Amino acid sequence: MKRREFLKKSGQALTFAAATGAVGAFFHNRDPFNYHPHLSGTTEFGIAADSTYPGLTLAKDSDHVAALNKALDAIGGIKRFVKPGERVTIKPNIGWDRTPEQAADTNPLLVGEMVRLCKEANASRVIVTDITCHDPRRCFLRSGIRDSAEKAGAEVILPDDKDLLNIDLQGELLTEWPVLKYFIETDRFINMPIVKHHSLSACTIGMKNLYGVLGGRRHQLHQSIDQSIVDLAAYFRPTLIVVDATRVLFRNGPTGGSLDDVLIADSVICSTDQVAADSRGAEFMSLTGEKVGHIVLAEKRGLGKIDYRSAGYKEIL
Amino acid sequence: MTIATVRNLRRASQIIFFVVFFWLILKTNFSANFNPADPHEIRLPYPVSIALEFDPLTALGTLLANGTVYKGLLWSLVILIPTIFIGRFFCGWVCPLGTLNHWISEIPSERIKRKGKQKMDSNRYKRYQRIKYYILFFFLTAALMGTLQVGLLDPLPLLARSIGTVILPVIHTSADGVTGWIKSLGVPPLTAAAQFLYDLLAPLLLTFRKMHFHTILTIGSFFIAIIVLNRIFTRFWCRGICPLGAMLGIFSRFALFGLEKKESACNHCNECLLHCQGADNPDIGAVWRQSECHLCLNCQGVCPTQALSFKFFPSQEVSKSNPAGTAKIDISRRKVVASLAGGAALYPLFRSGDAFAANTNPYLIRPPGSVSESDFLARCIRCGQCMRVCPNNALHPTFMESGLEGIWSPLLIARIGYCEPSCTLCGQVCPTGAIVELTLKEKVGDKETPPNRLGTAFIDRGRCLPWAMARPCIVCEEWCPTSPKSIYLREETVYNSRGEAVTVKQPYVDPEHCTGCGACEFACPVKDKAAIYITSVGESRSSDNQMLLKKKKEIPQYNLRGNV
Repeated sequence: MKRREFLKKSGQALTFAAATGAVGAFFHNRDPFNYHPHLSGTTEFGIAADSTYPGLTLAKDSDHVAALNKALDAIGGIKRFVKPGERVTIKPNIGWDRTPEQAADTNPLLVGEMVRLCKEANASRVIVTDITCHDPRRCFLRSGIRDSAEKAGAEVILPDDKDLLNIDLQGELLTEWPVLKYFIETDRFINMPIVKHHSLSACTIGMKNLYGVLGGRRHQLHQSIDQSIVDLAAYFRPTLIVVDATRVLFRNGPTGGSLDDVLIADSVICSTDQVAADSRGAEFMSLTGEKVGHIVLAEKRGLGKIDYRSAGYKEIL
Repeated sequence: MTIATVRNLRRASQIIFFVVFFWLILKTNFSANFNPADPHEIRLPYPVSIALEFDPLTALGTLLANGTVYKGLLWSLVILIPTIFIGRFFCGWVCPLGTLNHWISEIPSERIKRKGKQKMDSNRYKRYQRIKYYILFFFLTAALMGTLQVGLLDPLPLLARSIGTVILPVIHTSADGVTGWIKSLGVPPLTAAAQFLYDLLAPLLLTFRKMHFHTILTIGSFFIAIIVLNRIFTRFWCRGICPLGAMLGIFSRFALFGLEKKESACNHCNECLLHCQGADNPDIGAVWRQSECHLCLNCQGVCPTQALSFKFFPSQEVSKSNPAGTAKIDISRRKVVASLAGGAALYPLFRSGDAFAANTNPYLIRPPGSVSESDFLARCIRCGQCMRVCPNNALHPTFMESGLEGIWSPLLIARIGYCEPSCTLCGQVCPTGAIVELTLKEKVGDKETPPNRLGTAFIDRGRCLPWAMARPCIVCEEWCPTSPKSIYLREETVYNSRGEAVTVKQPYVDPEHCTGCGACEFACPVKDKAAIYITSVGESRSSDNQMLLKKKKEIPQYNLRGNV
């Protein structure tokens, strides 16, 4: 073997060996995997308190759109909550593959009207979305919400796992959870729940409706349902809560399925106080706020008042 | 029209039918459009199982097995009757699996066998091509006895199953994986490009949610084997195995259209043999076999001397060196009898198994509207349409859950997806009536009509959080879609590990109302093995598999429709 050939071959082998070793050394890691926590987002959805308006309004009218307008006008009108150019995310309850009459999802007429009002207030973008329980395509369609919201000019977005952000909810129980990004990347958050029966939390109104922003293992939250609801309410603090009590699912909730489970109440509540809204809403279920675990806990946490009359209450009948 | 034009027409026809077949399977998918006439019922906009209804073997098999030509299967005559006059045009012009085999076989190869003399020899008629006829006879008597197995090898259900449960999910996983990897590189232009491509392809090829299927590997390996064999023997599947090809071969026995060979014009260049798809001996000097010919017309097209031509009533120029005419199908009477007998024996062999005594599989949950198990196995062709269309990915091919007899037939796995109460899509796409098309009223029931039941839910109290672990839960009750709910709760005081009294709501199942939809099993937060699960007892389709004493009118009659 010639010297040149010896040097060349040895050089090749050594370079290959060195490269192999370098790759191993470069990727060497004592942790089992590379973990990059992906936390982002802040929530500043609330508006400054204004004592010229009542804290909670309730309107009753068999024309549900009129009921919404009356209740909203009494609390200051849409312009108080949505400023021109702002992004608005509306969160109805679209959890189940049910028709509007079955009252498991928010009344589509109210959602459509709310979208229209936000557009009228020159919102730059109005999104309607929810992480549903049943297949979202069915829920959005059968609830009538997709149709009414799209007609009014909203972007109706079906939830997609790829749109989840890991958020530190800074709660007493809930820490890092996947949240649909449209509830984070927005300026205004309008919570539009429906009043429903629920066997564990007694009722599903506004604060419980916030479960729908979460992806992941949310079925396990039931093991500490009151605390997890309050943690979500404390983090999100919606701009406005519009409670649909036009049809109330008073038993067999939250899915219902039979018209025998539905009570016609023709009422709409508007509130800036989540606790007050839920407390008033619970009365449609023959409950009071004091009897509902998560509403009591939310008041203790300082999220609002169970006595909804304390911050001004106006009824338009 | 020159022969070159006709061959181009054949190529176009192959492409069109392949694309249409693939497109129909893509569209066998819930797209959220309600029937405008009835906003409560969800229907597919296209008759997506139409391609399967054109399948003569499915029609014949189901006819033998249950005595009827179900709904759209009458379309199969559109294939079968022209075959009687002109031969196996379906194999060369229409069949999408045949087309795929054709394309894969024709990819140029480096192997010597695929060139010159070896290729010529490989395209001569071979004895193994008889196997398909024996397979056909075997399946047909099995069907006559009552076990329908043709769908395992029938090319249309086979391809529909392979595309629907293997190829499309694999494409979805690959697309997600590649896009995710490119995005993880963190280069903005690459991310944008990947997202653009993904968004372009997604509405076309991907389902709303990525689907995962049980026993995907058995279906996938079977399909890959068929494809790979083309690289060893040209169109091995079509020549040797395909029972539909065999059936069409038999039906072309008296065809009026055929190959005319002019010995005087032939220069023995053997070009025809090099391009023959069916291995039917187009060359002069051998007997042409009508029953093997796919009518691809390659032989006529490549013949430099116009010695070969397809025509009606071809003249038969018989001589010692050119034994023209059409050969009888090359099968021996003994072996035909043996395969008929074998097929007949298959039924008692299957049905003497313990599953037909009492040892049925309790986890064999069939789709809503399925007919009784015995009828089901006489109807299901394992095309996988129901699995593909199920919006919740609830339906899966079985492996051994319904025995070897029911391999790849549909099974509901509630842990992956429950049966959506308002959905009747699986019955809409079933081409053979194994799943009866239910109306929404028949599916969910009302005051007069009982709902369609798939089984009944049972609680595993050893795994249930309120029963065994002193923790609140009720997710199963929350999800239960019936009204009144089939899961009811009772408050109970239990003690936790610290000895503290805790009040929890413990779930119970009300079998009177439970439809076995599996929503509870799907939603149960005990992730690996749910603390509530469904078994088949109480299923509407069975008169035996019951536990409650019921009034006669509570047993729905539609499941027995196929039975009378």
